[in-house]
Amino acid sequence: MKTAKVDRSVYLDCAASTPVRPEVLDAMLPYFTEHFGNPSGGHRMARSSRTAIDDAREICGHFLGFGPHEIVFTSGGTESDNLAIHGVCGADGVAICPETEHHAVLHPVEFHNGRLVKVSSTGDIDLEHLETLLDEEVSVLSVMLVNNESGKIIDLEPIAELRDRHAPQAMLHTDAVQAINWIDLVDASARADMLSISGHKFGGPKGSGVLAVRNHVGLAPQLLGGGQEAERRSGTHNTAGIVAIGVALQHLEKSRKSEIARLGILAERLATSLKEAMPSCSETIPQTERAAGLLQLVIEDIESEALLVLLEREGVMASAAASCASGAMDPSHVLAAMGMDRALAAGSLRLSLGWCTEEWEIEHAIEVIPRCVEQLRGES
Amino acid sequence: MSRVLVAMSGGVDSAVSAALMKEQGHDVTGVTLKLWGGPQDQGCCSVSDVDDARRVAQQLDIDHFVFNYGEEFDRHVVGPYVDAHAVGLTPNPCIECNRHIKFDALVTRARKLGFDSVVTGHHARIVDTDKGLRLARGVDESKDQSYVLYMLTAADLSMLEFPVGEMTKSQVREIASRRGLRSATKPDSQDVCFITASEGRARFLSDRLELHSAEVVDVKGNELGSVDAVELVTIGQRRGLNLGGNADRTYAVQVDVRSRRVVAGSAEDLLSEEVSLSDHVWVDEPYIGRLQVQISAHGAQEPAYLTADGNVHWDDARRKVAPGQAVVFYRDDLVIGGATAV
Repeated sequence: MKTAKVDRSVYLDCAASTPVRPEVLDAMLPYFTEHFGNPSGGHRMARSSRTAIDDAREICGHFLGFGPHEIVFTSGGTESDNLAIHGVCGADGVAICPETEHHAVLHPVEFHNGRLVKVSSTGDIDLEHLETLLDEEVSVLSVMLVNNESGKIIDLEPIAELRDRHAPQAMLHTDAVQAINWIDLVDASARADMLSISGHKFGGPKGSGVLAVRNHVGLAPQLLGGGQEAERRSGTHNTAGIVAIGVALQHLEKSRKSEIARLGILAERLATSLKEAMPSCSETIPQTERAAGLLQLVIEDIESEALLVLLEREGVMASAAASCASGAMDPSHVLAAMGMDRALAAGSLRLSLGWCTEEWEIEHAIEVIPRCVEQLRGES
Repeated sequence: MSRVLVAMSGGVDSAVSAALMKEQGHDVTGVTLKLWGGPQDQGCCSVSDVDDARRVAQQLDIDHFVFNYGEEFDRHVVGPYVDAHAVGLTPNPCIECNRHIKFDALVTRARKLGFDSVVTGHHARIVDTDKGLRLARGVDESKDQSYVLYMLTAADLSMLEFPVGEMTKSQVREIASRRGLRSATKPDSQDVCFITASEGRARFLSDRLELHSAEVVDVKGNELGSVDAVELVTIGQRRGLNLGGNADRTYAVQVDVRSRRVVAGSAEDLLSEEVSLSDHVWVDEPYIGRLQVQISAHGAQEPAYLTADGNVHWDDARRKVAPGQAVVFYRDDLVIGGATAV
């Protein structure tokens, strides 16, 4: 099944990062050299940088469903999430999020007298539990649109309704870092007061992100200094990165529909073929409830750490749960929150597709993954 | 050429082991084990040690992985370490880590992954005798680690290699510095990796275990004083018995956690002619007869007789061995087995 194109690795880890699109790179390059001026300056060379940032701001606002002045450029998803939660909570605010959030939300929430919402075995937010946690003390409620491990899609509407009813003062933040590839954010986040994205998840560079913040949100800056970003985030602008996130977003918006269709078919073929080829292998979230190209399997009697070593040897790059500081895989807190048995969760495998994914990679993965699993099972 | 997995702790011995395997033309992969999530000074698995191991792997241009055995480490090493203290034993966590993690979980995984052997930086040798593979003392007597490897059977040894066991520590450091390995001058790791110097064993255990005060009596039962935590007293211990004037010549000769009593006595009271043992492991088959016995990681070996019921009978009476400690059997410089003192 291998094609002539197997001269590079099979990359099925787009939820971790994607390559910068060539058009994005082209757009960035002049801002390292020709247009290097500090955009906060007053002269002509500063202004050319400033213009590029203002253009990017309009693009981001347009595609995220926010006004241009509601866009705050940051260094990425983690900073955006932290800014949203710390910036709204102040010294004694209370933050809430589901147990399955990314650590960039979970840890700041825990820092602010965090209340964690339970989820069901299908990854759905326990709305009854959420209802009991919402009260007048809550400053911020953060719920991600697409889970970074399982691909589970969450509808914000019923969550926003509960917020309106029990904690109208609380700001609703959503981490849309994974969702952006798979969902039109203008609709999906219409009820959100704040939204985080990160450029490198959709063809932009690392180190460039956005926190979109509606005007009514009282956001305290976490970085103090020159007052950039309307006093919400100081620090010299990352001009090339900001230009890049704008261009990447334009490309994404142009291609999202067709890419969801293309990658959805590939992901479905991958899931179906792997489940057929491997006994005791299942998807943590069914296809209809997850992002089209983000697929998580659990494979019984397998340790994903070992499986990933074998896959790498066969030229397939994938991942399991989140990595910890040492580079080791930590047991998945997402699957634990969904009540999955630890031994089973230890055999999780996340396969995530993106703009760079080609069909031959899927065919290669379908051939290689069952073979590696068989090798690991055969020796036990 | 064979496919080898080198367990890299971040220290100089495993770095040199990896370098030598690569120079011998093997297909080398490095792995560092993430074992302990809590605070630590240094040891096998702190983030900075993982960084050191990764940097050496980059320098050697070999693949490097981090395997998370945190749960296994809690289950097989930290938990039993705490439980052992609760019943008055003196455990050796490094031996349990070798037994359950490095030479069980890791070797099992290496086999599944198709590696021909697992290489570590231990100072011990594997020698081929007419009776098969045997574990032997490392060339550098002062660094010999065969004691903490006594659980390895001939079958285990067939999957293992210890390249630096054939050289002295200064040779190892010289090889490392000649090759410019960044860990060339890194100090040897000491002590138990999950216990920090600042907090110490007492604090670590008191966070996980209820400690009890106990009376200290002499061998005739006369009360001498008390200690705060009977679980922390080890047979043979002199310091910390709160005995004032006679402290220098008085030892814990008996520790009874259940009745909260420590018996203190002289060096003579501490002597014993026999060590009762359990949980024997043999490199090949059980042995009865004369042999050399080592009772601590860097202690000297002493002549003894191993009886038919598996206990050690010393040629000359020796200080008692704390229950829980490993007792390792040697003939010449070959390990023939080991057991745990009861």
